[in-house]
Amino acid sequence: MGFEFTMDSFNKVLEDISKNFIFYAPRRIPGKGAFSDTDVVVYQEVEGFGQIELDEKSRFSPKEVINPITQTLFYFNENGYTEPETNNKGIIIFCRPCDANSFKRLDEIFLNNGPFKDSYYESLRRKVKIFVIECVQGFENCFCVSMGTNRFDDYDAFIRVAEDRITCDVKDNLLPAFVKHGISAEMRPDFISENAVKVAIPDQVNKTIFTHEMWREYSERCIACGRCTVVCPTCTCFTMQDIFYEDNHKCGERRRVWASCMIDGFTEVAGGHDFRPDKGMRMRFKAMHKIYDFRKRFGYNMCVGCGRCDDVCPEYISFSNCINKVSALSREVNG
Amino acid sequence: MSNPYSSFKASILSVKPQTDIDYTFRLATDLKVSSGQFVEVSIPRVGEAPISVSDFGEGWIEMTIRRAGKLTDVIHEMIQGKHLYIRGPYGNGFPMDKFKGKNLIIAAGGTGLAPVKSIISSFNQGITGIKDLTLLAGFKTPADVLFRDEISKWHENIQIEITVDNDDTGNWPGGTGLITGLIEQMDIANLEQTEVIIVGPPVMIKFSYLEFIKKGIRKENVWVSFERKMCCGIGKCGHCKIDGTYVCLEGPVFNYAKAEQLVD
Ligand SMILES: Cc1cc2nc3c(=O)[nH]c(=O)nc-3n(C[C@H](O)[C@H](O)[C@H](O)COP(=O)(O)OP(=O)(O)OC[C@H]3O[C@@H](n4cnc5c(N)ncnc54)[C@H](O)[C@@H]3O)c2cc1C
Ligand code: SF4
Ligand code: SF4
Ligand code: FES
Repeated sequence: MGFEFTMDSFNKVLEDISKNFIFYAPRRIPGKGAFSDTDVVVYQEVEGFGQIELDEKSRFSPKEVINPITQTLFYFNENGYTEPETNNKGIIIFCRPCDANSFKRLDEIFLNNGPFKDSYYESLRRKVKIFVIECVQGFENCFCVSMGTNRFDDYDAFIRVAEDRITCDVKDNLLPAFVKHGISAEMRPDFISENAVKVAIPDQVNKTIFTHEMWREYSERCIACGRCTVVCPTCTCFTMQDIFYEDNHKCGERRRVWASCMIDGFTEVAGGHDFRPDKGMRMRFKAMHKIYDFRKRFGYNMCVGCGRCDDVCPEYISFSNCINKVSALSREVNG
Repeated sequence: MSNPYSSFKASILSVKPQTDIDYTFRLATDLKVSSGQFVEVSIPRVGEAPISVSDFGEGWIEMTIRRAGKLTDVIHEMIQGKHLYIRGPYGNGFPMDKFKGKNLIIAAGGTGLAPVKSIISSFNQGITGIKDLTLLAGFKTPADVLFRDEISKWHENIQIEITVDNDDTGNWPGGTGLITGLIEQMDIANLEQTEVIIVGPPVMIKFSYLEFIKKGIRKENVWVSFERKMCCGIGKCGHCKIDGTYVCLEGPVFNYAKAEQLVD
């Protein structure tokens, strides 16, 4: 159902539903950017629509809302262990269509890969409602259209912001607050149909490409900082970590923390053997996961084309370029 | 919603040093495992690690653990009556049904013997259906030899050749040299009816494989067990993945025809 609001009336909607929900949205944090005097846009809790950053792509993705950077799995004491308590409030995430599509990818790994569901992820995920913010032109480095993630129809609300007016298409049980504060309006979601950056995805990637010299460029340029995976809305890897408390060694926690296949140590085992020591190999591993082997497993590509990996790379390595190279080579090899 | 990361407490029935740095721990548990599977073992506040089940029976499992770092150092301080936490078992294990009626050759390098030990034990109990078993094992020095007591008993039923890279004692009764030498000397009677398991460090696996191929073994009859870094054992953490293959889910045991396709 469609509704129209002023900023004020939309904030009243948020106020009403805030009794049952926490809102996360991109927010501008002044002075915390990569260079002094620059800002950074990150996902954080917001109270009103005015706090949401609409003009710039967020540096980090919304995945951290349900897949925290550090997450305690167990608290240990002398008698055994307990699991952390969970909050009952629902979660509303304001995000763009690409990010909205990323949750389905996270679901595949945490819920559908292997015989078990990740219960920590599931308990957060089931509380999430997605409020999609319309994109009218996309940002720098975006290539969602190539990935087919420019569209997202499974939203709980779709929001268009134009000249101090907010129009929404709303589904589901949140309707009363929208009915109360808005006026009924015609609203049909629009999605962008072209990005400046276009990426060709290879159908088949021949094994010869795995060891092709194209990867050598990345061996030389990449510094294994892992920024590209930290900002990626679909990267899910983690490492387990046990700690004990300084003031009481008998108590402690088991946590998981984000890990990156681009960083040293990801594949290193006892005895010091590292299965993927070279940065070019790591780039190939990451790229294949994003545009090839995830698809073989789940039927569609993992990458949602948000372009964040390109936004943050200190060495100006372009992932979209890399994929285009793989595609060109694949066409050569496969004929 | 059940929590797949929850472990349960299992008490230590016995601890048996195999070498200075490898101890075998027997735990009381009803866990149903098959040869080649692994469990996630942990000590709260210290850490968790994947460890192969080296043997199992009614009400117990054994693991042979090398002291290699943070967690395994602390495990080595544990004594009978204490307990460890475990979850699992995980992984596919060896295709025991395929081995029925066949001759099986196991080539094991160092601690690679742990994940196959239960195959040898159950063969000795006559419960595998395997026709004939040969074990080739290679260790660095005589002091590194695992499962000595068992090996002396296994001699009755199976053919065993043990070699050390370097005999620093001067009175090692077995052979010296690499395990590939043992394979080279083998006379494999019935190639079609022979299955081969190779377990050990990556380099040892590769060269042993090439040696078996020279003997005329088909790669479809060769099985290997992979070790990769693992943080979850259940297809979530991503560390064990090679291309699109999760070693914790689709492995750790692979047929060589599949294994050779995997590019780290
Ligand atoms: C399927 C499988 C079966 C295994 N079976 C056995 C076994 O039967 N006996 C045995 O002694 N060991 C076995 N291992 C290896 C064992 O898991 C590692 O030795 C153990 O994780 C080291 O933990 P730590 O905390 O003591 O060392 P750490 O202090 O964590 O690390 C020491 C070194 O081990 C590496 N490492 C860390 N975590 C792992 C990991 N999960 N897997 C491999 N290396 C890691 C580190 O990068 C570092 O180089 C197996 C590993 C796998 C994947
Ligand atoms: S790989 Fe890059 S473009 Fe694709 S989803 Fe991840 S950060 Fe976005
Ligand atoms: S952000 Fe760039 S330099 Fe850093 S790991 Fe990724 S590709 Fe390498
Ligand atoms: S061990 Fe975590 S995915 Fe395989």
